[in-house]
Amino acid sequence: MSLIESGKALAQGLMQGAMAKAVALAPDSWIPGGEPDPLIRHQHGSIGKPVSRIDGPLKVAGAAPFAAEFPMADMVYAAIAYSSVARGRIASLDVAAAEAAPGVVLVMSHHNAPRLKPAPLFMSDPKAAAGDSIPVMQDDAICWNGQPIAVVLAATQEQADHAKSLIRVTYEAEAADTDFEAAIAAGTKPSQFMGQPLHDKLGDAEKALAKAPVSIEADYRTPRHNHNPIELHAVTLAWDGDTLRIHDAQQAVAHSAWTLAQVFDLQPEQILITSPYVGGGFGSKTLWQHHIIAAAAARMAQRPVRLMLTREGVYRTVGGRSLTQQHVALGAEEDGMLTALIHRGVTAKTAHNVMPEPFILPTRSAYAARTMLLDVQQVELDMISNTFMRAPGEAVGTFALECAMDELAEKLGMDPIDLRLRNEPEKDPISGLPFSSRHIAQAWRDGAARFGWDARSAVPAARREGEWLVGLGCATATYPYYRMPGGAARITLSREGEATIDIAAHEMGMGTSTAQTQVAAERLGLPMERIRFNYGDSTLPGLVLAGGSQQTASIGAAVIAAYNKLVAELLALAGNDSPLAGLKPDEVGSQDGGLAKLDDPSRHESYASILNRAQRAAISVEAEPPQPLETMHWSMHSHGAMFCEARVNVVTGEPRVTRFLGSFDCGRILNPKTAASQFRGGIIMGLGLALMEETQFDERSGRIMNPSLAEYHVPVHMDVPEIDVMWTDIPDPHTPMGARGIGEIGITGTGAAVANAIYNATGKRVRDLPITLDKLL
Amino acid sequence: MSINVNGAPVALPQDPRMSLLDLLREQEHLSGTKKGCNQGACGACTILVNGERILSCLALAVQYDGQEITTIEGLGSADDLHPIQRAFVQHDGFQCGYCTPGQICSAVGMIAELQRGVPSHVTDDLSDEAIAFSQEEVRERMSGNLCRCGAYNGIIDAITESVAEVAQ
Repeated sequence: MSLIESGKALAQGLMQGAMAKAVALAPDSWIPGGEPDPLIRHQHGSIGKPVSRIDGPLKVAGAAPFAAEFPMADMVYAAIAYSSVARGRIASLDVAAAEAAPGVVLVMSHHNAPRLKPAPLFMSDPKAAAGDSIPVMQDDAICWNGQPIAVVLAATQEQADHAKSLIRVTYEAEAADTDFEAAIAAGTKPSQFMGQPLHDKLGDAEKALAKAPVSIEADYRTPRHNHNPIELHAVTLAWDGDTLRIHDAQQAVAHSAWTLAQVFDLQPEQILITSPYVGGGFGSKTLWQHHIIAAAAARMAQRPVRLMLTREGVYRTVGGRSLTQQHVALGAEEDGMLTALIHRGVTAKTAHNVMPEPFILPTRSAYAARTMLLDVQQVELDMISNTFMRAPGEAVGTFALECAMDELAEKLGMDPIDLRLRNEPEKDPISGLPFSSRHIAQAWRDGAARFGWDARSAVPAARREGEWLVGLGCATATYPYYRMPGGAARITLSREGEATIDIAAHEMGMGTSTAQTQVAAERLGLPMERIRFNYGDSTLPGLVLAGGSQQTASIGAAVIAAYNKLVAELLALAGNDSPLAGLKPDEVGSQDGGLAKLDDPSRHESYASILNRAQRAAISVEAEPPQPLETMHWSMHSHGAMFCEARVNVVTGEPRVTRFLGSFDCGRILNPKTAASQFRGGIIMGLGLALMEETQFDERSGRIMNPSLAEYHVPVHMDVPEIDVMWTDIPDPHTPMGARGIGEIGITGTGAAVANAIYNATGKRVRDLPITLDKLL
Repeated sequence: MSINVNGAPVALPQDPRMSLLDLLREQEHLSGTKKGCNQGACGACTILVNGERILSCLALAVQYDGQEITTIEGLGSADDLHPIQRAFVQHDGFQCGYCTPGQICSAVGMIAELQRGVPSHVTDDLSDEAIAFSQEEVRERMSGNLCRCGAYNGIIDAITESVAEVAQ
């Protein structure tokens, strides 16, 4: 980010700060969510039912089409060549043999690529989605090891792959910054996240720490991670004149359409992205260079293109989570009350993105410490631009914080759950805002009872079963409620009593389409079979990122806005001959396929009847929800109490997780079946973070050394025990449907719960992830 | 010269470099078989050849002349699901659905291996004629099929529920 851009971001941050104060002081009723969503009162409808996924039959039959599975006539296949130096220039690039190879239609490189504008970086504009801002094949500059330098289009994938192998390139390499420690030694800079400094101060924490009767200090390290959705990043696309149609694997269809329009200097409506099924994303499926490469090459070749990155290609060109070095210092009274909480450290980003891993985020609202000092510093390296990965900040920040809490509990001679409950804050410790809904204590109590926490020995290495040392550990999970601006939805209601919801949202496996169909059915008073939920299409209303666990709230609020408009229009259509005559929108609700007076359901008229009388085949309304001011008025967070039983083999050092329980407080659960899968999926990725996941980065060459699923280990069946999940199901009165997002919280706290269990089993405190057997021998 | 895919003959590719996976996906548009790594590390491309599970990304199509291949499309359709497909839906044995066809084909092949007495790393007695079904055996034998969404518990439940029906 340039100095000017930094200045702009800072000014924006200051303005947000001033506005935040005004919003914090406003009466509840002025704020979205100030009046609880009426659906929160509905207890026996379709919300809360364990409905099986509505797209389930298609998926298990292999009939759900993913991005690389749409056929197109005359389509050609792409293969990308990647740089093997981290910084410098391309000295020579010989593509003659590749161009002459059988089946080759085009070789595109900086020699012949069309002039393109830089892609607007994610967070530089509300609609921007690009993972890096480096020009794509516009000159001979190399900015990271793995940067695409040429693409081959050929009639078959085999031909494209072969031709790519014939490309000859030489580089003038320059000295690159690829060593984290060396970069830290050369000096760090303060970090910003979404226009706000990653720095918080409450009192004088260093002084308080020095005076604290009991204190601990420790350093924690977390490595780079890659998302590794099993579906490779892919596009199948074609130009129709100046209109580009893309079948994509996307978690930001509208953002990406707008961003590509900037690159190709087109109107956003000229880019049409559909993405009905996405084979996992976890933060990785936004806009990356392969989109631009495929679109530019297709335009040059005048042919439709299928570009499916290889697994190595994903590692080379789609960023992952950056590494962190964190220092936590805790000071406490003898009774466990925290007097000082310091959480600071360094992360790495690139000069071409704005994404420092914000690991202090979970600490801000965690504990009622009397003083706090939170700070993220950054260095910039020459590497693939890192990005959001499931619970950016919280996933690795909770590892450090919650391990430190365990270390403090031991030093105090306290139970680690008691220590956490003793420091439960009344209001948000940093912002001072009231919590919208916080039932973490109940989650801890319920979880501890179910898990059998009583059986834990406070003394480490006290339980041995054969070759195995067995231990129990716990940690707090936390993730905020977000709702991003830009949502919108359309509801179309037909005379036949069928409703269609249109919104440019996403289904990557979260269960969005199923849960939102349940919600829409309940809101409209219709059976689920009468609801059609359309999503995954950039031409639909709304700017809805599948990120930040915010889709449920974003869709919920947009549909509420559209529904309120629908009710007003239906009442106007109903006129004076209706049982609803004279009623105002806030006096009616939906019931049994129509509208009814809330306190006198006998005054009811069906949608079909209203539309028939008005001689209308259908009614369609579109609306935008209010700005998400609720997050500036309340401190809104989900929590979980995570419990782990780990075993460590005394002969081999092998760590195994044998039991895990997540006890969550995430507002109302809309669908227990899909929600349980979201919680478990997050926890399993957390087991990977704890025990095996690491993107190995060669600090000499800046090259990722394990760009494959054979060498980057993710949890497999044998690594995953039965994972128990439970939840309070207490609605948040200030969110749509009373729900808060659940997609990311599972990965938070899990790493610490595992590390704490391993400590309890062995007496060995591993502060450097992943906890592999060599660290336990 | 042809391969029998789900009961219908399919011409061998002209290019001997073409994998069975690409033949299915690109030539035959049977895209239920998925590509997740193209190097035998994820299991998403698992199919059945003469009833045995293989990774189709590591198989050259021309080597399968005359062989009987079953893909996910051959097990059941969305309107007429195979019992194990139904169990996957019932137990939420997937989220995004991308690894799912491979998990299902792998499970069908794995159950046959148990019946044939093919031992695994966790089998106690290597001389058993048939291997008893257990969660540990299933987890071990399904470990070549990665699921990044983390639907492992549901997958094991779905296999457990349908094992008797599939084994018949």
